[in-house]
Amino acid sequence: MRRAAPSRRNSSGLSFWVMTGKRETYLDWNANAPMRAEAIEAVARALPLCGNPSSVHRFGRRARQAIEAARESVAALINAAAEDVVFTSGGTEANNLALKGFPERRVLVSAIEHDSVLAAVPEATRIPVRPSGVIDLAALETLLAEDKRPALVSVMFANNETGVIQPAVEIARIAHAHHAVYHCDAVQGPGKAVVDFRAIGADLMTISAHKIGGPMGIGALIARNDLALKPLVAGGGQERGRRGGTENFPGIVGFGAAAKLAAAEASVMPRVATLRDRAQHALQAAAPAAKIFGVEAVRLPNTLCIAMPGVAAATQVMALDLGGVMVSAGAACSAGKVTRSHVLDAMGVPRVEAECAIRITLGWSTEAADIDHLIEAWTALYARSQASAA
Amino acid sequence: MTAAIARRANQPPVYLDNQATTPCDPRVLEAMLPWFTEKFGNPHSVTHPYGREAEAAVERARAQLAALVKADPREIVFTSGATESNNLAVKGALRFHRQFGKDHVVTLVTEHKCVIESCRAMEAEGFRATYLPVEPSGLVDLERLEKAIDKGTVLVSVMAAHNEIGVIQPLAEIGALCRKHGVMFHTDAAQAVGKMPVDVETMNIDLMSISGHKIYGPKGVGALYVRRRPRARIAPLIDGGGQERGLRSGTLPTPLCVGIGEAAALAQAEMGEEAKRLLGLRQRFLAGIMRNLPQTRLNGDAEHRLPGSLNLSFPGVPAPALMEACPGLAVSTGSACTAAEIEPSFVLRALGISGDLAAASLRIGLGRFTTADEVDYAVETLTAGVKRLGAEGVTTALAGTT
Repeated sequence: MRRAAPSRRNSSGLSFWVMTGKRETYLDWNANAPMRAEAIEAVARALPLCGNPSSVHRFGRRARQAIEAARESVAALINAAAEDVVFTSGGTEANNLALKGFPERRVLVSAIEHDSVLAAVPEATRIPVRPSGVIDLAALETLLAEDKRPALVSVMFANNETGVIQPAVEIARIAHAHHAVYHCDAVQGPGKAVVDFRAIGADLMTISAHKIGGPMGIGALIARNDLALKPLVAGGGQERGRRGGTENFPGIVGFGAAAKLAAAEASVMPRVATLRDRAQHALQAAAPAAKIFGVEAVRLPNTLCIAMPGVAAATQVMALDLGGVMVSAGAACSAGKVTRSHVLDAMGVPRVEAECAIRITLGWSTEAADIDHLIEAWTALYARSQASAA
Repeated sequence: MTAAIARRANQPPVYLDNQATTPCDPRVLEAMLPWFTEKFGNPHSVTHPYGREAEAAVERARAQLAALVKADPREIVFTSGATESNNLAVKGALRFHRQFGKDHVVTLVTEHKCVIESCRAMEAEGFRATYLPVEPSGLVDLERLEKAIDKGTVLVSVMAAHNEIGVIQPLAEIGALCRKHGVMFHTDAAQAVGKMPVDVETMNIDLMSISGHKIYGPKGVGALYVRRRPRARIAPLIDGGGQERGLRSGTLPTPLCVGIGEAAALAQAEMGEEAKRLLGLRQRFLAGIMRNLPQTRLNGDAEHRLPGSLNLSFPGVPAPALMEACPGLAVSTGSACTAAEIEPSFVLRALGISGDLAAASLRIGLGRFTTADEVDYAVETLTAGVKRLGAEGVTTALAGTT
C-alpha cells in the first residue's frame, strides 16, 4: 500500500490552520518526531499480515525473519549486538525494565533523569548535577565509594529539556570501577548525536522509536546478554525470556526502518545546529535578559531551552501556538500538569527563571523559514510583554 | 484431488490460526494510517494542536473500547497488549493489597502462560498462589473455586475464553461468587472480547485484559479494564509520567489506540452476524472431519465454546507430521507462546488427555476472513493427510520423537 510521505503542512486534521492559511512550525521534536515515509511504509505493509512471530507456520516464520532483520538495524544504530536488543513498548517501559530489573542492587540516578527513571525507583539515591547541567562526577565517585553494596547507576545520554550531553564514557568507567552496572537512557540521542553502546561501555541502554521517526508504542532496552535481568512483563518467553508478550511486529519493523535512516542522520545535524544557533543568537539579541540553559555544556544540536524574562512558560507556549509555532514547556510526559522543571531545579536555576523556560527542539526537516517564524513570533511576544510591563 | 483442493491450487496457505493472531482489518488499517503520517502529535503534548488532536483520537478510541464491554471510558487503561495487562492485573492487585495483609491469588492450571508466570513471579516475592485443576470439559468447577478462596485471597483470575481449546468459562457465576466473598475477579478476555458478548456489569468483572491483535486490530496495544465502583485497586507495573491515571506510564501510541478503538467498534457492530457465520463454518468443518475421520475427538466442552474455535485430536497421527503433510494450512498445536516447545500441550494434559493423544492434536481458529471454500479445503487436506500418515505408519516411526 502506498501512502504519501509525511508532510508537516498537509495536516488535514488541523483544518483551522488550513483554512486560515497560517504557517505551522513544529519545534517539539524531543517530544515526538514525525514518522519517516520508509517507516510508515514498513508499518503499513506489516499491519495486514497475520503471522504471530512465535507461530511455527510460514506466516509466523516470515514475521520472525522480519523482526530479526529489524533487530539487526536497531542494534547497528547504537553499535550493540543484535542479541542484546530487548524490544519493549517504548522508552518508559525500557527504563522501568532496567531500573526494576536488578532488585538486589541499590540504585543511583541523576537528578535530571526522565520521570520514567525517577518514578521507577523513588527511593533511589540522587546524583547531583552542576549548574552547567552536567552531572557531578566527583559526587558520583563519592556516592559509590561510601557504600560498597552492588549498585546500578542510571544517567541519561542527553537531557530531554536542556539537551545537555552527559559524560557517559566517564560515568561508565566510574561505575565499573565500583563494580556497578551502568544504565544509559539514550532516548534523546540517536539521530541527533552519535550514540555508541560499546564505546560508551554501557551495560544497559534505553532507546525509543518515535523519537527517531519510527512509530509510537515501540522501544528497546539494550541489555548485555550476560546480565541477570528480572523481567517486568512475564509471559510466553519472548525476547529470550526478558519481555513476554506477542511481539509488536509492525512496530518493530517500523523501528528497524527508522533506525536505518537515523544512523545516517549525523550528516544533517550540522545544518540543524546552525539553525538552532541562529535562533539562539537572534532571541538573545532581541532580549539580552533572556536566559539560555545548558549553554556552557555540550548540547544536542537540536535543543534550545530558553527563558523569556517575566513571561510564564505556559503563557509563552499558548501565545506561540496561536502564532502557529509549536514548542513545549518541558517534557510532554508531564506537560498536562503545570509543575516546575525538576531539571532546571537540579541545576540550581532560580525559580523565577525556571518558570519562564520553554523548550524549542528542531529536527531533520526543520527549515530556515521555520526558524524565521519562531524568531518573529517569539520577539513579537517579548515586545508585547515589555510594552505591557512598561 | 478433491474439489476444494483443486480450486485452491497455487493459493497462499489457508490461515486457520486466528487464536494466535488475527490480520488487521483493512478498515482498521485505514483508520490508523493518518495517525502515522500527518497527525503525528504526542497525545500528552496538550499545549499545541498536534498533541490535542492526538489526545482527542485516543479518548475516542477509549470510548469505543469501553462501549464494547459496557464499561465507562475512565475504566480503560491502555497497555502494550494482553500479556502486559495480565501482568498488571495479577502483580498489581497482589502488590497493592499486601499492605492489608492479603497475599493470595486463585487461578486455573489452564490459564495462559503469562498469567501462570505472573503468579509464579509473585510466589517468588512471597505471595501465595493456588492453581486449580479443571473438569475434563475444560470448565472450572465452581464449588472447588469457592473452596479455594480464603481470608487472604486478593483475586481470582480465570480466562474468559480459552486460547487453545476455545471453551468459555461461566463468567457471570464466577463474578457473582467473587463478589459474594469480597475478592476481585480478573479475567483474561483476550480471546473473548469482540467475539462474544462481554458485560463487565452483569458479569461482576473487576479487571479484564483485552488484546488488539486478537480482534483484527494492531499488535502492540491492549487494555486493562479496571473497575471504578467498587474500585479495583492495583499498583502500576510501569512508572513514569503518570499517564493513564498513574496506572500505566509511557507515551500512548496514538495510531495503535485508534486501531484498537476502531477494531472494537467494528466488532461491536458486526459481532451478532459474524458469530452466526463463524458458528456455521465451524459446524461445517466439524461435520466434514467427523464424516471423513470418525475417530477424531473434539477437546473441550462442545457447547460452551467460541464460535470460531476447535481443538481436535487425530488418534495415532502426530500433529507435527500432520502439519508438515498439510503445507497449505497455517494451523498450530496450541499457544504460539509455547509453540517452539516439544512437550504436548499442558492444557490438554490438564483435561485428562493422554500424552499421545495430546501430541496428536491441532488447534483450529476460524476468523473474520475465513471462507466456506477455505473450510472445505482444510477438511479435504486434513482428511488426506490423516489417511496418508495413518497408512504409512508414521505413527510408529515418529512416536519416539514426539
